[in-house]
Amino acid sequence: MAELNGGNLAARRPLSPHLSVYRPMMTMMMSIAHRITGGALYVGTILLVWYLLAAASGGAAFSTASSFLGSIFGQFILLCFTFAFLHHFFGGVRHMIWDAGYGLDHPMREYLAVGTLAASLACTVILFAAAHFIG
Amino acid sequence: MTNGPASIRTMASRVRHLGAAKSGTREAWRMRLTNFALLPLAIAFIWIVLRLAGKDLAGVKAEFAHPCTAIFMLLFILVGIVHMKLGMQSIIDDYVHAARLKEWSMAANALFSIGFGVAAIYAVLKLSLA
Repeated sequence: MAELNGGNLAARRPLSPHLSVYRPMMTMMMSIAHRITGGALYVGTILLVWYLLAAASGGAAFSTASSFLGSIFGQFILLCFTFAFLHHFFGGVRHMIWDAGYGLDHPMREYLAVGTLAASLACTVILFAAAHFIG
Repeated sequence: MTNGPASIRTMASRVRHLGAAKSGTREAWRMRLTNFALLPLAIAFIWIVLRLAGKDLAGVKAEFAHPCTAIFMLLFILVGIVHMKLGMQSIIDDYVHAARLKEWSMAANALFSIGFGVAAIYAVLKLSLA
């Protein structure tokens, strides 16, 4: 153990195995996506507050906001926001099911993870189609 | 224990709030409550957004003039900002380890959540009560 005396001990100290040692799994990836979409929605509130404040301020501000949201870039942002919202929504439902004590076993937890992704993708398409049909 | 034989303090009271978190399960429980409340409120929010999609200012004001739209929007914002503040707080807890940076991150999180929450509530009130 003589070589451990002196030198940069903290830099040479071994770390316990972390994320990199695990094979990517559906439940793990949906958990990571839940956190990422949560963070994205946090930033996305700026968009919502901008829209609401613009509407409350009157004509000029509202037309700026609504023309941005109607543009190709704005629609792309809204598509991402919608997917993040729905993915986080269905992830929340999954967590509620788990908190109630159900669906923790194999293969139910895999079905729930795949279901989160499938439901959020499907509902994003449906909602966007509905919004364009209405608007 | 150091309290001596005459102490009436229980073992639990001597160690309570001395753990690493300095508090109990309040945040974890509040996260579950807001998660539960946001299930119907998020559906109401989606419904409102669908009704607002593509509308001009007069149409938007007409939507918010309805008490249900305003009330559900306000509830969604109120519960939503508590939920998102707690969520960001747990992200900061997990990834930010430097003490000073952590304090600033927590403060910024609170300011962002409360600031944007109040701005959104103000806008909804102004739209619906005008």
